[in-house]
Amino acid sequence: MKPQDIRALMDQPACAHNAKGKSGCAKPKPGAAAGGCAFDGAQIALLPIADVAHIVHGAIGCAGSSWENRGTRSTGPSLYATGMTTDLTEQDVIMGRGEKRLFHAIKQAISTYDPAAVFVYATCIPALIGDDMEAVCAAAQEAFAKPVVLVDSAGFYGTKQMGSRIAGEVMVKHVIGTREPDPVPAAAARPGIKVHDVNLIGEYNIAGELWHTLPLLDELGIRVLCTLSGDARYREVQTMHRAEATMVVCARAMVNVARSLEKRWGIPWFEGSFYGVSDVSAALRSFARLIGDPGLAARTEALIAREEAKAEAALAPWRPRLKGKRVLLYTGGVKSWSVVSALQDLGIEVVASGTRKSTEEDKARIRDLMGENAVLIEEGSAPQLLQAVADLKADMLIAGGRNQYVSLKARIPFLDINQERDFAYAGYAGMAELARRLALSLESPIWKAVRSAPPWRATAENSLPKEAAE
Amino acid sequence: MTEIVKRRKALSVNPLKASSTLGACLAIMGIGRAVPMIHGAQGCTAFGKIFFIQHFQEPIPLQTSALDQTGTVMGSYDYLKEGLETLAKKKPALIGVPTSGLAEVQGFDLGMGVREFRAAHPEHDDVVVVPVHAPDYVGSLESGFAHATAEIIRATVPDAPGRAGERRRQVNVLAGASLTPGDIEYLKETVEAFGLRPVVVPDISDSLDGHLAPERYAPQTTGGTPVSELATLGLAVATVVVGASMAEPADELRRRTGVPDIRFDHLCGLDAADALVMTLRDISGAEVPERLDRQRAQFLDAMLDTHFMMGFSRVAVAAEADLLVGLAALLHGTGAEVSAAVAPAYAPVLTRSGLAAVRIGDLEDLETAARETAAEVLITNSHGVAVAERLGIPLFRAGFPQFHWFGGFAKAWIGYRGGRQALFDLANILTALERGDLHPYRSIYGQKPEYRAEARTA
Repeated sequence: MKPQDIRALMDQPACAHNAKGKSGCAKPKPGAAAGGCAFDGAQIALLPIADVAHIVHGAIGCAGSSWENRGTRSTGPSLYATGMTTDLTEQDVIMGRGEKRLFHAIKQAISTYDPAAVFVYATCIPALIGDDMEAVCAAAQEAFAKPVVLVDSAGFYGTKQMGSRIAGEVMVKHVIGTREPDPVPAAAARPGIKVHDVNLIGEYNIAGELWHTLPLLDELGIRVLCTLSGDARYREVQTMHRAEATMVVCARAMVNVARSLEKRWGIPWFEGSFYGVSDVSAALRSFARLIGDPGLAARTEALIAREEAKAEAALAPWRPRLKGKRVLLYTGGVKSWSVVSALQDLGIEVVASGTRKSTEEDKARIRDLMGENAVLIEEGSAPQLLQAVADLKADMLIAGGRNQYVSLKARIPFLDINQERDFAYAGYAGMAELARRLALSLESPIWKAVRSAPPWRATAENSLPKEAAE
Repeated sequence: MTEIVKRRKALSVNPLKASSTLGACLAIMGIGRAVPMIHGAQGCTAFGKIFFIQHFQEPIPLQTSALDQTGTVMGSYDYLKEGLETLAKKKPALIGVPTSGLAEVQGFDLGMGVREFRAAHPEHDDVVVVPVHAPDYVGSLESGFAHATAEIIRATVPDAPGRAGERRRQVNVLAGASLTPGDIEYLKETVEAFGLRPVVVPDISDSLDGHLAPERYAPQTTGGTPVSELATLGLAVATVVVGASMAEPADELRRRTGVPDIRFDHLCGLDAADALVMTLRDISGAEVPERLDRQRAQFLDAMLDTHFMMGFSRVAVAAEADLLVGLAALLHGTGAEVSAAVAPAYAPVLTRSGLAAVRIGDLEDLETAARETAAEVLITNSHGVAVAERLGIPLFRAGFPQFHWFGGFAKAWIGYRGGRQALFDLANILTALERGDLHPYRSIYGQKPEYRAEARTA
């Protein structure tokens, strides 16, 4: 990828960071950086497309340590969960055999698995040694009569968000708009209901949580042409240009796709969240508003009234158990506010929220929700997080998997909110699961046990872990 | 207070109970160079032998007095004497004679039978003979085991109180039927860690631990508590009793020796493990070895790591009372819920189990209760395989018997180390359930090719 392409991707007028001339994404600080690389981001963005063979062109470090580490689910093919890499060796690098190996790898993937398409992820080594992957992909596409799409996402191009953006751009340039949507199946037609097409961008179907919201959209007569990319199929991605509205779900990184869809095909978009009762309702109303069908608006209101009542009944037993509990939320980007509102719905007090990767707009929303004096944690190294939990007297830390064991070692209840998690929290029904998981952790009898000193040392020294070291 | 739901059915379906006769045999097999001989029909022994062979994957020295029609009607004293003589000729250290239901109903006087054998065969006076009333219509494996242990103590431990503590490093351990050979090995290591010398009674970890002995064939146990050691129990500084079911042998041992005892209902879970360590510290007067600090810390870490899975999980458990209560403690300690609990026979310990209710019953009762309470995992013996299949939930094997299954006897459940591994195993089972996963939903509008392909073929 050429430097000017990368610069172009960094310029994101829809992103609040952009206005401050910060070139879209913050630069990671050597020695104190957390989070993934561009390859990581590209893979996160596209890997859930279930019927595509995802080939990582590189040495084993890229795919070997990352395949199958996400909680995304599919209703059909499991090809996305089949790890594929060219596993470059020293010989390949020295002798320049990377291109040849890639070509044969594509051939093998197609002959063994007959995928809908092949995505080739470029990583640092082939990018550096100068493999002409574009040419290889073009030749393979020609030779095997299968779409072969290069995702040029070498890790050094930038951060995870950058990689997701690259992935989105590739979809816009090479996949979206290459096929017209299927007609609505006759069996799904209902009198009086006009079916409207929409896209969900940045919905990854973690733990299958899409399945909490999809039935609602079906009921309303909203067809999801494609989710980019949870439980998606290649042929769905191809049709995204025909949507009437796009929702960017909690993943600011692919906002460029929404913008492109708006610019090229005039599709309006909004940013929303499926976390928390009020946010789910807001998202459904946004669809109705952008689509502008009065029948849809009426159905939406009726559904919201019914589902909110149902959710309320499901949450009622949990509320007294969770009320007044204090949590520290440390997560990236949009989740820094979308989860806040979900937790507040449950009567939980969010004492602070992390704002790494959050835009100014995200921060403004956090302040809206948590008040002007909201504690925002910009930089969350492990000791800083533990210190914040102690200072703010939080009962629990809610963060990504990387902080799970930091929290547990400090005897602090923990909830995983990021991609690796095993539980679905989205939609009205997801709230009850969230409440259950929160209560499970907060009420567990183990906390008393793990904070106890061995009885034979009880008098000698304090059992509690030493305060977070610097 | 735990509600005990008594057995109300006429028919026991998929029995959970193993007989007290077998329990008595098991205790006898924990004594060195011993052989049990069930006084009953051949089947009592044949079935029992297979039961233990499959569980331990070991040859099992188990004999029978082979009561037949004549003996049953005309009296079976000769059968007993003949059987004892045959076995005694092979010079075992101890012969245990559990009765069967048949012998008891016949009105057989076990004491008299043994006395007659003694009078007729003074040449076998060096062979200890332990009579045990163990009709299978009373109690279950656990109680038969405890009663046999009491009888072994009566037969071998001198009634001579006042010498307690002469061996300042010796600690007697009365090991109940809920302990596996793996448990007992861990228990011995822990006692030894305090510079103490454990004498375990009965010690199935020395006889049924699945070791390859140099002897090609042995008509008796090739390990276990030596009879010579049993005579020294009165010299110990203390007795540690594991298992609420072991009250009778514990009372008997204390009465005969005056050695003070410390009793544990079980050793599962953090509290019990802590209590054991504190007890051993008090007995030895020694510092707690650092390796136990480490084991405790490892157990706590396992509790942390697994609590996401264990918390709010619903587990149905069917086991003998001591094991059931121990498992309940372990599960409750991690936030898991015992949604259904079944024991094969009543025992007082059940009332202090912390369980809401325990049903005295069978695996059919377990199946019903597990279904009603939407249990996610079953813990019981290998007979639970079919039950678990019908319920569509996984089985975690515990108790007797574990057949078609390797190493169940070697698994430890107690203390920090056993508890830790049990939590790992259970959490793995729960993780494999993918409980968080929603049922896949297929949109009616879906453009996915496989939806349409299936619609066409439908």
